[in-house]
Amino acid sequence: MLDVTAPLLAVNDLQAWYGESHILHGVAFDVREGEVVTLLGRNGAGKTTTLKSIMGIVGNRTGSVRYEGHELIARTSDQIARAGIAFCPEERGVFASLSVEENLLLPPAVKPGGLSLERIFELFPNLKERLGSSQGTKLSGGEQQMLAIGRILRTGARLLLLDEPTEGLAPVIIQQIGKTIRALKEQGFTILLVEQNFRFASTVADRYYVMEHGRIIDQFANSELDANVEKLHDYLGV
Amino acid sequence: MLEIFGIPSTALFGQLLIGLINGSFYALLSLGLAVIFGMLNIINFSHGAQYMMGAFAAYLLLQYTGLGYWPALIVAPILVGITGVIVERLFLQRLYKLDHLYGLLLTFGLALIFEGLARNKFGSAGLPYTLPDSLRGGQNLGFMFLPNYRAWVIVASLGICLGTWFVIEWTRLGAYLRAATENPTLVRAFGINVPRMITLTYGFGVALAAFAGVMAAPIYNVSPQMGSELIIVVFAVVVIGGMGSILGAIVTGFGLGVIEGLTKVFFPEASNTVIFVIMAIVLLVRPAGLFGRRA
Ligand SMILES: Nc1ncnc2c1ncn2[C@@H]1O[C@H](COP(=O)(O)OP(=O)(O)OP(=O)(O)O)[C@@H](O)[C@H]1O
Ligand SMILES: [Mg+2]
Repeated sequence: MLDVTAPLLAVNDLQAWYGESHILHGVAFDVREGEVVTLLGRNGAGKTTTLKSIMGIVGNRTGSVRYEGHELIARTSDQIARAGIAFCPEERGVFASLSVEENLLLPPAVKPGGLSLERIFELFPNLKERLGSSQGTKLSGGEQQMLAIGRILRTGARLLLLDEPTEGLAPVIIQQIGKTIRALKEQGFTILLVEQNFRFASTVADRYYVMEHGRIIDQFANSELDANVEKLHDYLGV
Repeated sequence: MLEIFGIPSTALFGQLLIGLINGSFYALLSLGLAVIFGMLNIINFSHGAQYMMGAFAAYLLLQYTGLGYWPALIVAPILVGITGVIVERLFLQRLYKLDHLYGLLLTFGLALIFEGLARNKFGSAGLPYTLPDSLRGGQNLGFMFLPNYRAWVIVASLGICLGTWFVIEWTRLGAYLRAATENPTLVRAFGINVPRMITLTYGFGVALAAFAGVMAAPIYNVSPQMGSELIIVVFAVVVIGGMGSILGAIVTGFGLGVIEGLTKVFFPEASNTVIFVIMAIVLLVRPAGLFGRRA
């Protein structure tokens, strides 16, 4: 029977390894439909590894990743993408051997209902101007980030995994990305965001999980942020 | 008689034509190697053997099924391509995470096996493959006689090379291939079945070699060692052009064929070594090859 209260994404006892090194030690959290959930944590806490484990691109992982009620842990990354999850990597992953347009059109549609190109250009007007650029990596850092987010909006995936989309970007661009994330949430996208910058996260997130040494060590809602600021400074070492 | 630089023009154009013919094979074979290396990161040492298998497939199709040259041009590459797919699934896919050297050794071993089997079955003397009637004869161009079959080989090779280049550079499939060459993990995480794409790429590269083999059958004898003789030169071509560059493979293939032909006219003693001399110079000046990107 379909459980309407079940989370869209439920991660349980997630363990992950890179070769011999055991990185995730039983990560558990969930993301409900339409939420923006942020993973916070220091460098090396395992945030990226968590996203990669969900996406099926770490060497070895065990535990449970359920999406729309389906277990994904045994699936390959292309099958996971086709289940409706899209990934925007920390290093952005813009392809140098592809033009901007080819980069934008690269991810195939996995479900119906992806955003149209017009809609994506409304969110990122800069992209439209740079469409003719022959090499995706000739764009500025901010434009590459927009390209990396823009291209996964076309695919029809409803859950977006965004790994530090604001890293290294100028304040105006960070604002634009914040605006975009709020617009996407309004359109019904569910977003799992990794951030170090919790000031930025607080402008978009509904809930937070805090990671340390490959575990979730705390969680709270955005409304509880003020009460948790002290603790957060501690956790994040800022 | 007309002379150019003191050389009779018929000799000059004759060698130029032979150069273009050889260049056609260099280009087709180095193109396949470049496509395979780009996607699989494997230096396909069995490429020459797979070229030979293409020629034998055409020969056997004619002997046992009566299928002539034209159908063989399509059927033989498909058959040999399928053996490539099997090789990739059985062996190569286990090697991607290892050093280049393992792929090279494995494909080298396979080449020895394929050639040994062919020698065992057919002996090392060449077998004749008759020219299709439709391509007999030739055109008198005034300054030289152009056999139809040779013209066809050049045109077909150019067509296949440019077609492949077009698909890789200008189509959606090509964008997948280029992206997967750069970052296969991410391309797969977008929902594309990259392992299957890799398998088919190997099959295609092998089919290109077999296609060249069918085209070679009426010109050269069909023999077990036909591939190993040619492939040494083709590897030099690939080194000069730059491993993994598609356009580089095509341009260098034709270009070196022509240079080799012209050397035969102007300095015959060097014609067998000129390509290797160029390779040595290129390695000194531009180790990544003329069209190569540094790895
Ligand atoms: N490819 C890899 N091979 C081996 N160890 C890795 C690899 N990638 C990450 N690690 C290790 O795994 C741990 C977690 O890394 P991860 O990238 O998940 O952290 P993170 O929370 O995303 O950090 P950051 O905020 O710096 O991006 C770190 O100790 C890191 O050194
Ligand atoms: Mg990270």
